Amino acid sequence: MSKFKKKTGGGTPAISTASLPDIVFMLLFFFMVTTVMREVTLLVDNTKPKATEIKKLERKSLVSYIYVGKPKDKYVPQIGAEPRIQLNDAFARLSDIGQYVITEREAINEAERPLLTVSIKGDKKIKMGLVSDIKLELRKAEALKINYSTLKGEVED
Amino acid sequence: MPRSKRGIPEINAGSMADIAFLLLIFFLVTTTMDVDSGISTKLPPFDPEKLENPPPIKQKNIFTVLVNSNDDLLVEDNEMRLGNLREAAKKFLDNNGDGSCNHCQGESSPLSSDNPGKAIISLQNDRGTSYNTYISVQNELVAAYNDLRDELANRKYGKLFKDCSEEEQKFLQDAYPQKISEAEPLNLGG
Repeated sequence: MSKFKKKTGGGTPAISTASLPDIVFMLLFFFMVTTVMREVTLLVDNTKPKATEIKKLERKSLVSYIYVGKPKDKYVPQIGAEPRIQLNDAFARLSDIGQYVITEREAINEAERPLLTVSIKGDKKIKMGLVSDIKLELRKAEALKINYSTLKGEVED
Repeated sequence: MPRSKRGIPEINAGSMADIAFLLLIFFLVTTTMDVDSGISTKLPPFDPEKLENPPPIKQKNIFTVLVNSNDDLLVEDNEMRLGNLREAAKKFLDNNGDGSCNHCQGESSPLSSDNPGKAIISLQNDRGTSYNTYISVQNELVAAYNDLRDELANRKYGKLFKDCSEEEQKFLQDAYPQKISEAEPLNLGG
């Protein structure tokens, strides 16, 4: 009998899967922490323009969003293909912006109200006329801190 | 009491992985990971009375950028491509016409801005200008300021603006204060 008897049969030994739940839980917690649930359903097209000189928006609770763009295809038969404003979950008119800003401002506590930032999430295909009108409404509502939401990337000429 | 001696039977944890996977897949699907970022600006307060008497500003201290509805640029009465806007703006801001700016490296042309504190970039667009172009122009103008700050930071502290301390950043911001003024949009069409 040789000392180094070849092990025959048996195949590959089974890998222990006891630590699998731990690995999966680790991934799970990572995604749970990083996840941001979309608060609103987008009713408009929203392809953001690109820019390089961007600033990150801190403090999500102090940011209000205004979406602007062409309505998604399924809404076109009802309200047309002209770019529209979306506040929360509904299409809105320009005149609704003032009320929206007031509501948003009341939702945050008093000391932080001047820090309210309005993020304009505009589709890159929209025209400036509408954006200017929105800016005028925001100025009337005294929401002067704004942020044009963009993606990071080189600008297209 | 014979029952209590038996202890708790072990729960089979074999399906834990399945449950965790289920949750994991749920979060994987719902996660969006989009970081909110963009170009920040401040709007002027809405005050109709103030508009009547704007303070006098010398024409040479104003860098006019016009964008028409075909997304063409007119900078200081000359047509310009977007790619050249940043350099032109930097040249204007860093000009140092009255020699009061010690950190500027411009050519002190008497026809361009006095110093960065007085220099104003005036941006006017048409109602038909595309939002994409507007953002690009804004981006180039902000980039001009950021480039100048970075260059000064490099000369003075030997590092980039973003690596400077808060105090140093404040100094750099005051050295090149960002003054981009936006006029009401035109409605020229065309």
